[in-house]
Amino acid sequence: MTAYYVGIDVGSVSTNLVLLDEQEKVFSKLYLRTQGQPIRVLTEGLKLLKNVAGKDYTILGAGVTGSGRQLAATMTKADIMKNEITAHAIAALHCCPNVNTVFEIGGQDSKIIFICNGVVSDFAMNTVCAAGTGSFLDRQAARLNIPIEEFGGYALKSQMPVQIAGRCAVFAESDMIHKQQTGHSTEDIVNGLCMALVRNYLNNLAKGKTIKEPVVFQGGVAANVGIIAAFERELQVKITVPEHYDVMGAIGAALLAKEEVKNRATTFRGFDNLNSEFVAKSFECNNCANKCEVVELMQNNCAVARWGDRCGRWSSMDNEVKEKKVEKQKTATLA
Amino acid sequence: MKITIPHLGNLYVFVKVLFDCLAVEYILPPPCTKRTLEIGTKYSPEMACLPLKINLGNFIESIELGADTIIITGAGGPCRYGYYCKMHEEMLKDLGYSNVKLIAIDPYAGLPALLKSIKTIFGTVDFINIAVSGVRAYRVMAEVDRLDKLCYYIRPRELVKGSANAVMRLLRDKIYSARNIGEVKKIVKETRAALLNIEVDTTLNPLKIGLMGEIYTIIEPFTNFNMEELLGDLGIEVDKTLTISKWIKEHLVKLHNHKEKAEYDKACEPYLKTPIGGHARESIGHSALYAKRGGDGIMQIYPLTCMPEIVASSILPALSRDYDIPLLTVVIDEITGDAGYKTRIEAFKDLLLKKREAKNNDGLLCRN
Repeated sequence: MTAYYVGIDVGSVSTNLVLLDEQEKVFSKLYLRTQGQPIRVLTEGLKLLKNVAGKDYTILGAGVTGSGRQLAATMTKADIMKNEITAHAIAALHCCPNVNTVFEIGGQDSKIIFICNGVVSDFAMNTVCAAGTGSFLDRQAARLNIPIEEFGGYALKSQMPVQIAGRCAVFAESDMIHKQQTGHSTEDIVNGLCMALVRNYLNNLAKGKTIKEPVVFQGGVAANVGIIAAFERELQVKITVPEHYDVMGAIGAALLAKEEVKNRATTFRGFDNLNSEFVAKSFECNNCANKCEVVELMQNNCAVARWGDRCGRWSSMDNEVKEKKVEKQKTATLA
Repeated sequence: MKITIPHLGNLYVFVKVLFDCLAVEYILPPPCTKRTLEIGTKYSPEMACLPLKINLGNFIESIELGADTIIITGAGGPCRYGYYCKMHEEMLKDLGYSNVKLIAIDPYAGLPALLKSIKTIFGTVDFINIAVSGVRAYRVMAEVDRLDKLCYYIRPRELVKGSANAVMRLLRDKIYSARNIGEVKKIVKETRAALLNIEVDTTLNPLKIGLMGEIYTIIEPFTNFNMEELLGDLGIEVDKTLTISKWIKEHLVKLHNHKEKAEYDKACEPYLKTPIGGHARESIGHSALYAKRGGDGIMQIYPLTCMPEIVASSILPALSRDYDIPLLTVVIDEITGDAGYKTRIEAFKDLLLKKREAKNNDGLLCRN
């Protein structure tokens, strides 16, 4: 029988799942598009994992991360729920123990993590704008009619990058159109876009802090060879892209879960129990003028968790709901 | 004449008690909500800072309840806030509220001007009575500020999570509906007793984070996603050096010769020699003092486009390096989704915990 740890990263663009074996090696990984339906994608993903795991397996622990971590934690009863920054740092340290700087560029946000002696010493996340993220590239690639997978290859073919304003995605687009109209080649424009993203990333996140080698680059955008080249040109350092760069958050979550369940049994629901139907509903609370949009997660028509309120009126009901549910189950078994 | 004020943390307690004592008619603005923010942003210039927008929202909501006179503190100096009284007046006029009068209390304008505006507000020249009531009101407000401070201690240590929040949530509504100073005092006293009744684990040594930054965003809980509660619930003990009672004391009473000011001015000296307006020097000076007192981390909060804090935020990394204290800067705007902030704060907590662990391990190694 093989034992695994499950890591789940529910992000805005992709939902990633991994199975780690006891030697902390990636046994299986899944990279799925979230497409705004985290519940459905997560359920499907777990089913796929179950098939991969075979018949004879046991799950020792499960961890969740990503912007949809609360939802995922409630659905799977994971052992640990962690923020993306910590999860990414843990995963980077796992694949490159002496790492000093982590670049992580995902769909909606980007992060830089500084690590000193194996401990996170500083970090930054993009604030109000998506200019330095994967969505920016996605959009421009769509405009140029280039599949995003081939985007980086174009940049490498460029002779001379064109200067494109990278400070704001909207301005970058108008700048790019202008450059197209004046007759620059697509390759040079794509290379210019890569340079613009890298400049924006370094200005917004690194903010003049020293970037020490080794540098690990992870997240979906690390697949883009054009961006890697642009980073190396700009910083004059070697950029390491780990083998499982696209699911590093999930690996981090699984590693954290392993740490968490050292001295206890897992609370993970298992793959099968997901057969119960999960539906998320949202409603507007009218108790005060804040009109919070409260999200209610229903499992087989029974509310299991609520969040989104400012005052705690609904989220603090979680415990009561759970207790009631337990009581209900008890009476059911007695009868 | 029905007077109203903008919200600023516990300022409403001071205003309520003072006006009750002097029998002046007033209307307290409804607590800040999403609606306040919506109205405020709708009618304000886009590039203005969040405090201006929320204040405008407060004014309009109070006017809807019948207020016709607004008191606002003018603050001299290079921060934009100095112009906000005039700005608000113009904006309200444009919106058709031309009958609404604005009275500015400006400690920098000199004593005669101050007394004149006080006379207009209270309709009397009995300054002794006003001063006595002012002191009484101030004491009650300072007591409420102390309740907040007590919560900073309780939240990370309470055995049943959420106990302190449950007590504090009722406080404002109760004070709003109190009829006189006696009732307010009673409510505050009862709340204090209820808080002290909460069972806490005194053996814990929680992480300590100092909240620094622009005064409005750190004092008014609505604008900062109830940061104190959020941090407290994560098991972090908050320390906030700016409170409304301190601000009044510093600006209205002991404008010159203020001991604490001298302290943080001195601590700020190596980093920023000139006052640049707003609370930049406070943010830097207090951060240095907080690091010396043994805090684990510093969190700077300011509204987008706040010039003094932008300057401070580019100086604070140097301070963070010198004192070896981690720093997290949070910029706040009209965003109401708090997921991104929570991620950063949770990661910051992990960072601080690891740092403390590493420090403790070093200590052990030394002893061996």
